[in-house]
Parts: sequence; structure tokens; C-alpha cells
Amino acid sequence: MNPTHTRYLYAYAVVRASDAVAGALETVTGVADGPVRAVRHRELMVLAGPVPATDHDEQGLAEHLEDLDWLERTARAHQRVIGAAAAVAPSVLPLRLATVFHDEEGVRTMLGARHEQLLAALDRLDGRTEWGVKVHALGTGRPPGAAAAPREDTPRAAASGRDYLRRRAAERHAAREGARHEDDVARGIHTTLTALAQETRLHPPQNPRLSGQAGRNVLNAAYLVRREDGPRFTSAVARLAERAPRDGMRVDLTGPWAPYSFAGTDASPESP
Amino acid sequence: MTGHAVPADRGPALVDLLDRLLAGGVVIAGDLTLRIADVDLVRIDLHALISSVDAIVPSPWEAGT
Repeated sequence: MNPTHTRYLYAYAVVRASDAVAGALETVTGVADGPVRAVRHRELMVLAGPVPATDHDEQGLAEHLEDLDWLERTARAHQRVIGAAAAVAPSVLPLRLATVFHDEEGVRTMLGARHEQLLAALDRLDGRTEWGVKVHALGTGRPPGAAAAPREDTPRAAASGRDYLRRRAAERHAAREGARHEDDVARGIHTTLTALAQETRLHPPQNPRLSGQAGRNVLNAAYLVRREDGPRFTSAVARLAERAPRDGMRVDLTGPWAPYSFAGTDASPESP
Repeated sequence: MTGHAVPADRGPALVDLLDRLLAGGVVIAGDLTLRIADVDLVRIDLHALISSVDAIVPSPWEAGT
């Protein structure tokens, strides 16, 4: 077996078996510029495509995943396939990035072993989409009632060491109160949106070096929302976003996404 | 709504995509011939890389799973 010509199968998603969905995916380009095809087993099918084995075996992946450009190309190709599937299939169960099988037999074995579980997950996510909401604290807000800390109104020369320490303590206190207020606002936003969602998931706060966003990311949440409730949800986010600057916050909406953040919660117990 | 994190021509921001692709999606643990179990490590590696430049901002509450 010549490894440079060997192909593995990169798996994108599980959907209910459907000719229409399989047909729609024929024109989509996947990871490594490869085609996408459906591997069927009973009522299910996996959308998957051939990728060069050398780049996608354990060692190849370990090396590539360190490479942000490769990661971005792969992530965008993965998303492209998921997006195309979500446009035609009522329910799409996205797989984790870089789920790779040796061949179709491996895919079918997996589908057989997890058949009931995958069907149940597809039922649970049917007609639902994911919305992402991020809240950033810009550090410009002031808690209600907090007086502006007395600054430099006393001449510097007159300030004793004790005055200085007192002022520093007051500033630290104001900063702590400010951060607490920001967290309260973020919590309030999360509570409001949770009431409009079927399920929620909190992602870790984003690092500003990756996101390029100003401020402290105080909420990075995903909401699973019924498709018909989408307009209600996005209007609620719009209202919160409009009010946020008053508290020194910014609210951003992303989506609709395929239910990435909710695919794994009940669908992947330890044993198949 | 500011919405500047989502350039229409490129799809979603990479960081939002990676939140979902590296921490979401079904993790297949069945009888397959090859499984990359360490994808979460990428996230950690990226964070380690970045946190050497600036500190990670703690979340006000625990991240859900």
C-alpha cells in the first residue's frame, strides 16, 4: 500500500438517509478540495469525502492541527459541507473536526453500532438551529450609583502616602464593582435568552488575540432555538445589543449555525 | 447590533467556528479504524501559544459542557 496514494474518509455529518440530500452535496467541495459523498447504512447516512491519508493519519493531523492556516482551510471546508447539508436536510448532526475513517466499512460499522443513539440525536435537533451570542465588557461602564472616584483634584504635592494608598484602594474597589456589574449584566442577558431557547451551552471566553475583539469576553454562549422562534430570538438579541452600550458592553450575534454545540451533549456517552 | 465579527464574504469568524468545531460536534467513539482523540489539545495548544503573549481572561462562571 503506497501511503501517498492512499485515501482516508473524512466524515462531516450524520443525516437521515435521503437521495435529495446526497444529490445536493455532489457539487460541494470538501476538505482537501475533495468531493463529498454519502455512505449509507439503514436509515442513516454519513457525509464523507476522500482525503490524502498522509495528511490525515494520526501524525499528519497532529502536525497540521498546529498550523493555523491549515486549520482554517479545514474548518471552513468542514463548515461549507455542514452549511450545504443544513440547507437541504431537516436535521444535521455535525461531527467533531477531523473525524477520519479508513474506509466506508468503518463508517458503516460505526453507524450500525450507534444507530439508535444517532437517530435520537437527529430527532432532538430536528427543526432547531444554533445561535451564538457574545458579550464583551469594554471597561467603560460604571455601576449605577458609583460616584466617579475623586481623581487629581487635590494637588499632588499635598498628597501623603496614606492619601495615595487610599486613592489606590478606592480605584481597585471601583474596578471590582465595575467588573461585578458587567458580570451581572452578562448574566441577565444569558437569563433572558435562555428563556427563549430549548438548550444552552457556554463556551469558554474567547481570547482577544484570536478574536481581534476589544474588551473582556464575559459571555460566549450558544442557544438551541426552534426554527420558528428564530425571529423572536434575534429580535431579543437586537434589543439587548441596543441597550448594552449604556452598560459599557457590546453584544454580538452569530448564526444561524447547524447545532454544533448541541450535537455532542446527549449523543455521545462513553460506550456505544 | 454591531455584527462586525462576521464578514459576509468569508463566512463566520474563525474563532467562532473553532469554538464549535473543536468543542462541539459529535465525538465518534465507536468501532472505527482511526480516531483522533486529541483534537481538544489543539485548543489548548493555541491557548498556550497565545497565553504566552497575554493572560487568558477568566470566565465569570464555569463553562458548560
